[in-house]
Amino acid sequence: MNSQPLLSKSGRIIVCVAIALLLAVTPFLPDFYVTLLGKIMCFAICALAMDLIWGYTGILSLGHGLFFALGGYAMGMYLMRQIGRDGVYKNDLPDFMVFLDWKELPWHWTGSEYFVWALFLTVAVPGLLAFLFGYFAFRSRIKGVYFSIITQALTFAAMLLFFRNETGFGGNNGFTDFKRILDIPIATPSMRITLCVITGLTLIAFYLVAKYIVQSKYGRVLQAIRDAESRVLFTGYNTLWYKLSIWTISAMMCGVAGALYVPQVGIINPGEMSPAASIEIAIWAAVGGRATLIGPIIGAFFVNGAKSWFTVAFPEFWLYFLGALFIAVTLFLPQGIMGLVRKLSGARQGSEK
Amino acid sequence: MILKIRHSQAAIKQLRLLFAAIGLMFCSFAAQALTQAQALAISVGENDDRVAALTQALATPDPALSRLIDALLDDTAKVVSGKVLIVTSDKTTDAATGQETTAPDNAEDIVNNNRLRRELESAKAALGLFSDNVETRTAAITELRASADEKKLPLIDRALAQESDVALQARLQQLRAAMLIASSDRNKRLEAATALASSSQPTVKSLLQGRLAAGVETDPEVRAALTTALRNIESRLAWGERLGVVFSGLSLGSILFLVALGLAICYGLMGVINMAHGELMMIGAYATYVVQNAFRQHFPAAFDYYILAAIPVAFAVSALVGAALERTVIRWLYGRPLETLLATWGISLMLIQLMRTIFGAQNVPVENPSWLSGGWEVLSNLTLPYNRIAIVFFAFMVLILVYVLINKTRLGLFVRGVTQNRTMASCMGVNTARIDMYAFALGSGIAGLAGCALSQIGNVGPDLGQGYIVDSFMVVVLGGVGQLAGTVYAGLGLGVLNKLLEGWTGAVLAKIIVLVFIVVFIQRRPQGIFALKGRSAES
Repeated sequence: MNSQPLLSKSGRIIVCVAIALLLAVTPFLPDFYVTLLGKIMCFAICALAMDLIWGYTGILSLGHGLFFALGGYAMGMYLMRQIGRDGVYKNDLPDFMVFLDWKELPWHWTGSEYFVWALFLTVAVPGLLAFLFGYFAFRSRIKGVYFSIITQALTFAAMLLFFRNETGFGGNNGFTDFKRILDIPIATPSMRITLCVITGLTLIAFYLVAKYIVQSKYGRVLQAIRDAESRVLFTGYNTLWYKLSIWTISAMMCGVAGALYVPQVGIINPGEMSPAASIEIAIWAAVGGRATLIGPIIGAFFVNGAKSWFTVAFPEFWLYFLGALFIAVTLFLPQGIMGLVRKLSGARQGSEK
Repeated sequence: MILKIRHSQAAIKQLRLLFAAIGLMFCSFAAQALTQAQALAISVGENDDRVAALTQALATPDPALSRLIDALLDDTAKVVSGKVLIVTSDKTTDAATGQETTAPDNAEDIVNNNRLRRELESAKAALGLFSDNVETRTAAITELRASADEKKLPLIDRALAQESDVALQARLQQLRAAMLIASSDRNKRLEAATALASSSQPTVKSLLQGRLAAGVETDPEVRAALTTALRNIESRLAWGERLGVVFSGLSLGSILFLVALGLAICYGLMGVINMAHGELMMIGAYATYVVQNAFRQHFPAAFDYYILAAIPVAFAVSALVGAALERTVIRWLYGRPLETLLATWGISLMLIQLMRTIFGAQNVPVENPSWLSGGWEVLSNLTLPYNRIAIVFFAFMVLILVYVLINKTRLGLFVRGVTQNRTMASCMGVNTARIDMYAFALGSGIAGLAGCALSQIGNVGPDLGQGYIVDSFMVVVLGGVGQLAGTVYAGLGLGVLNKLLEGWTGAVLAKIIVLVFIVVFIQRRPQGIFALKGRSAES
């Protein structure tokens, strides 16, 4: 059935070149750009995850920021424990717990000192939440705008919950001031480069996984659901499990992105769960071009690159630009940058003929 | 007969007053008001002695004492050679006699520490009990309630004898009881406990709870009386609390359905969730602010009525902005609801930044007109603010108008027709594109009205819309589309539910529980409370 190779010849060359570039160039970049590159590649993973659920299955999630942040918090708990007694209060407990006068770790911090457990939580927590929420939502056939709105409410509620000190995740300030990861100091150039390279490799791996999913029979059913769900239902497929599985996979990918993001940026707080952050993920995918896999990655690089340039050069114009981008892309570029490229190359080929 | 009794009661009261007045005059002659020695004792020496002197002097209140206390609090009192002087910028007077003198250079400042300041403040309040002004007396009673102790009892007794206002008499009685409750005399405590049972003040409740704490009150009989009194007060207060919760739920609910009404109209008609709806509210609120400023500058006399002018302005401005958005953006995205969602989000970002550019990132002040400030005290622990009452009424007025517009006018007929079946309506000759624009403008205008209402109870800033948008989406999701009733019931229901839960679990958990409730509810009825039945319901 799946006779088509995962990558074409040129595709294989591009992936090899990307890996080679990542390994060769990253060590020579200035510090600032290493962090920026790592950060944007985390966002690109999110955009890729969003593309799977939105571009290929037609379900717009406005809650992917939540899964990203949950993955980040899972990793953050481990990093907080790694601080050990080097915090401000010289206590075994994380500083904010000492500040709140807590005497022992709450139950959900059990095992947080083990790196493996943190990695497990990074995918398990977003996956489980997405599975439960998706099961109830898809079972009652909530779709389209309704689903988007409910996911937005979900991330909003989670943000409120994480803002509370009692939740045990540092409240307003979240987690910061990390010192070590796997007992190795975290704020060194070599660690930054390592993390950046790991993120890049993860991004490429996820790209290949996504490519595999999309080309498989399963991926084709997903696209059929996007185009005409009732017909798929009438053909005898139970769309619930297709939607639910891709939704959960997408959430887990976001969780991994969050876990990679936190050690590089050095902070995680409930602001990542704000509805605005989640909608931005959707615009990365839309700008690059939905229903292509490379598009969202390009979109994430384009929008975030523009963001880091604008917020330095013209901070007051950033929101105008972002807002205009939302409108312009939906109005004039429904296929995103990839659509534009395709149109231009198509036009050239047409004129050559 | 009854008349006669009343008559005689009034006569007795008058007599009592007369006696009190004579007594007071007698006192003030006999004790010779504030003496030089007393003034000195209050002003210098050990703290304990000064407090004692102050308490003693309070037994015979007179204007000179009040002047001295004011001067001590303002740090304008000085001491020189056994005399206390009050030195202000234009003249110097002797504290005891009130005669003008000159201040010698060697006059020493008087230092008051925090404890003395507290005592002086409370003494000042005690003197307020004898003011001619009812409001000053009321304030004095409230002030003294905070620092009730037995030493001021004679003062209260004297004030009670003098008080003519019945309501204030009752409050003084309670104040007296509150002071007596800590008395060393068991019978007095018992009497005070019985007297306090008729109170419905939250402060009395906490006072009684304090007395009932382990080890404070040991006498079993007094404890029993205290418990009964506490139970009486609690049952009375509980009603106020219950009504308060229902009212704040109603208030939140009416705001929610006002916000959601416009959203539901647009969604029902065009399948468009307008993420910029909150920003249209914000525009309405800023329009109110601009109208307020215009009134303040050009018609200060009519300032109280600016809100009446602001309502149509807010509606018009938001409706125009909405119509412009429909024409330029939303019209081109038909049949792509998810893209519309993103585009309207982009619009909201730009509108927020636009307001920041024009008005600054800070909140702008919008004042209540005087007839909307203050509140209606229903029970001692339940005051309903006028502005919230007005908003509840306003929301229902808007609802009635929208109901009439949708159900009784030609435009409303078209709107309903397009909502039910766009193609069929178009075949019947309805200009659906124009109806869309009108309906979108109407929805945006209602958002403007909501913004105008919100400007009266909260901050007006660029982020105003963001706070309500998620909740109002929930109202639309819960209420279903196509019928106003769904929006109204869902809005009021969510408002009251939210406030009820808030009392139990706190605001954040309440929001989360409501969200879970909505998700579960949608399992049962995916189309909301009031789903349209028949062909139109199919997506």
